[in-house]
Amino acid sequence: MLSRHANELYWMGRHIERAENTARLLDVTYRTSLLPYQVREPGLGWPEPWSVPLITLGLATAYYQRHAVLTAENALRFMILDPSNTSSILTCLRAARESARAVRGAITSEMYEDLNSAWIEMRGYDYERIQTLGVSDFLEWVKMRSHLFRGVTFGTMLRDEAYHFIRLGTHMERADNTARILDTKYHILLPSVADVGGAVDYYQWASLLQSLSGFESYRKIYSDVIAPRRVAELLILRDDMPRSLHSCMNLILDTLQVLCDAQSHELERQAGQLHARLHYGRTEDIMRFGLHEYLVEFLEHIALLGAEVNSVFLVPTYGAPAAAASKQTANSVG
Amino acid sequence: MSSPPYDEMRGAEGDIRLHYRSFADWLERTPPEHIAQKRGEAERLFHRVGITFAVYGEQSGTERLIPFDLVPRIIPASEWQRLEAGLVQRVRALNLFLRDIYHEQSILCAGVIPAECVLGNAQYRREMVGVHVPGGIYAHVAGIDVVRAGGGEYFVLEDNLRVPSGVSYMLENRKMMMRLFPELFATRSIRPVHHYPDSLLENLHAVAPAGEERPTVAVLTPGAYNSAYFEHAFLAQQMGVELVEGQDLFVEDDTVYMRTTRGPQRVHVIYRRVDDDFLDPLAFRPDSTLGVPGLFAAYRAGRVTLANAIGTGVADDKSIYPHVPDMIRFYLSEEPLLANVPTLLLRDAAQRSEALARLGDMVVKEVHGAGGYGMLIGPAASAAEREAFRQRILAAPERYIAQPTLALSTCPTFVASGLAPRHIDLRPYILSGKGVSLVPGGLTRVALREGSLVVNSSQGGGTKDTWVLAADGES
Repeated sequence: MLSRHANELYWMGRHIERAENTARLLDVTYRTSLLPYQVREPGLGWPEPWSVPLITLGLATAYYQRHAVLTAENALRFMILDPSNTSSILTCLRAARESARAVRGAITSEMYEDLNSAWIEMRGYDYERIQTLGVSDFLEWVKMRSHLFRGVTFGTMLRDEAYHFIRLGTHMERADNTARILDTKYHILLPSVADVGGAVDYYQWASLLQSLSGFESYRKIYSDVIAPRRVAELLILRDDMPRSLHSCMNLILDTLQVLCDAQSHELERQAGQLHARLHYGRTEDIMRFGLHEYLVEFLEHIALLGAEVNSVFLVPTYGAPAAAASKQTANSVG
Repeated sequence: MSSPPYDEMRGAEGDIRLHYRSFADWLERTPPEHIAQKRGEAERLFHRVGITFAVYGEQSGTERLIPFDLVPRIIPASEWQRLEAGLVQRVRALNLFLRDIYHEQSILCAGVIPAECVLGNAQYRREMVGVHVPGGIYAHVAGIDVVRAGGGEYFVLEDNLRVPSGVSYMLENRKMMMRLFPELFATRSIRPVHHYPDSLLENLHAVAPAGEERPTVAVLTPGAYNSAYFEHAFLAQQMGVELVEGQDLFVEDDTVYMRTTRGPQRVHVIYRRVDDDFLDPLAFRPDSTLGVPGLFAAYRAGRVTLANAIGTGVADDKSIYPHVPDMIRFYLSEEPLLANVPTLLLRDAAQRSEALARLGDMVVKEVHGAGGYGMLIGPAASAAEREAFRQRILAAPERYIAQPTLALSTCPTFVASGLAPRHIDLRPYILSGKGVSLVPGGLTRVALREGSLVVNSSQGGGTKDTWVLAADGES
């Protein structure tokens, strides 16, 4: 298929997944912000919970260019509705719909109609409407739209190259986002050291699990209290947990094995190496290395893999140099 | 404008025409609420499917829906047969004309058309002289606009031989009607149109460079921001071929390739929806970012076929239009089956003074204009507008033609106040390559404003489904 189309499909998958995970990240923040923070000791400058999504997505600088102070309202406006924020839900849904429009021929009409109607609905939301509806309900809507898109894709699309590029995008993004959401716990400081393992700590881990749809699974697997090392095991190493890093890497590797040919062997090797670290990794090693440090390293690896996917499939360099992408219109309709 | 316009549904006495009878009965029987609900449904569906077009001159990125009207335009079998024969004849002659003026120029030598009128035309591409195109076909897709005057007779209003658009609406309108009112199709023999994309692909295969057993076809679009992008994507999908932009193609050794995830892949036939000027920055406009450097060289070398060919604009130019009947006589030794609208060429002094004397009855069009932009509709214009146009004509008479204002036929149409007659035209799409053929139907456009004669979508026009019946008589 056309490299440009593969690029659009890949990013369509990524943007929908990113919209969902931004919603998940905001959801965990929202839940955490409802916990009793007011009990903090005076003068102990620990950050607002709303700084967490900004830090984990690397958007703090962009935020402070638009807003002087950090408030829940500003953070929600920025993360949901701000068109200048590349990770805002609005931006992601628009970009996914634009990509779908650019590759209408490569996807089913149900998929296009799904993304188009998601975008039309999204345009109808402003901050006041979201407040009226309830922030959680709105974030739930975003997640449902993402589920719907995946379902429509899974249920209607030919298992061709186009399908695999969407799946590749979805899981590259999810691997990145799960690692970031997991890392939020590192940034949410507890009121005091004494609180480690206390009630606030417990609720923070619980809301993190919930935001990754892992709470019930955790109960099923461990039938025990929430312990950080088990959360890490569940969301990093278990391959039966659909949002875990191991699961994502399984799917990425499978997809690349379908897509790669002799010329793209290096890409497959890199993915295999990253996969092996998860496949053969041990929780105790991760915890000894440091969960935060482990996640930071993983994010670097997944970014490198993304760059390789880009140069092998999406923006190839052979032939005459491609003309700059143009937004110009030339002919008119009679 | 003295005689009343021809009403497609009713005769002069107000009686329902035979071929509209069962539809009128159905309309009579169906509760207005049901119809209103279906109209809402149609609008929602079109929005959801994303059948929209961009409007120039409005804020960039504006997408609008072309209003769709539920009352079909119905054409009885015998009437269609005459129309079809006339259209096939006309397109045959136009293709012969294009081949001729880029080779022997016999029609110019014979003095049938003044040579300067062709060779001096801005749309005449000197680069195409002597270039061989497969099958001698230039206009693979022709959109011929047809209207009906007061007595019900058909006239050709204009030929569109460059990148005629709108065929996706023909197909989507039918799909919508069948979805909303399946009962209407169950009992009537309405000829299907949905094989158009197959037919288009077949014609494109037929004009591939010689020796290509399994040619690769691609649709070339200016991109997602073009007003007709929906149609480009739609046709590519329906034909099962790639939709490419200029940046997806490159030329090496006079061969065109697409950039794919598996490396370069050769392209043999390009159904291009990009204007001549923008196709190749090395051959035409150097500032074009929509085209493919080296494409014209590959084309000249016969390594790739472009559909439509480069340089077809000279044959659909409004200054050439009055000569089409002579082309038919010259190349085919036949009398034209479809008449032209009588046209005055304002570069001619006598015709100009005739037109200026009756400006209030005339439609004046720019020779190179399209899309209903830059025209004067005499009867609808104010005295000041007519005077302003008179000055423009006198300043550059060769840029204008004038035609009597036709009382375009009307068809009942849903408007705010209920059903009312509105003016319509018809654009059938004629395919050449593997013979000359057309699917039974076309795009019926309707001027939604009362009394308006401008049907262009950019000027507030809507569309209707077009039914060609398999038999005459009551349907």
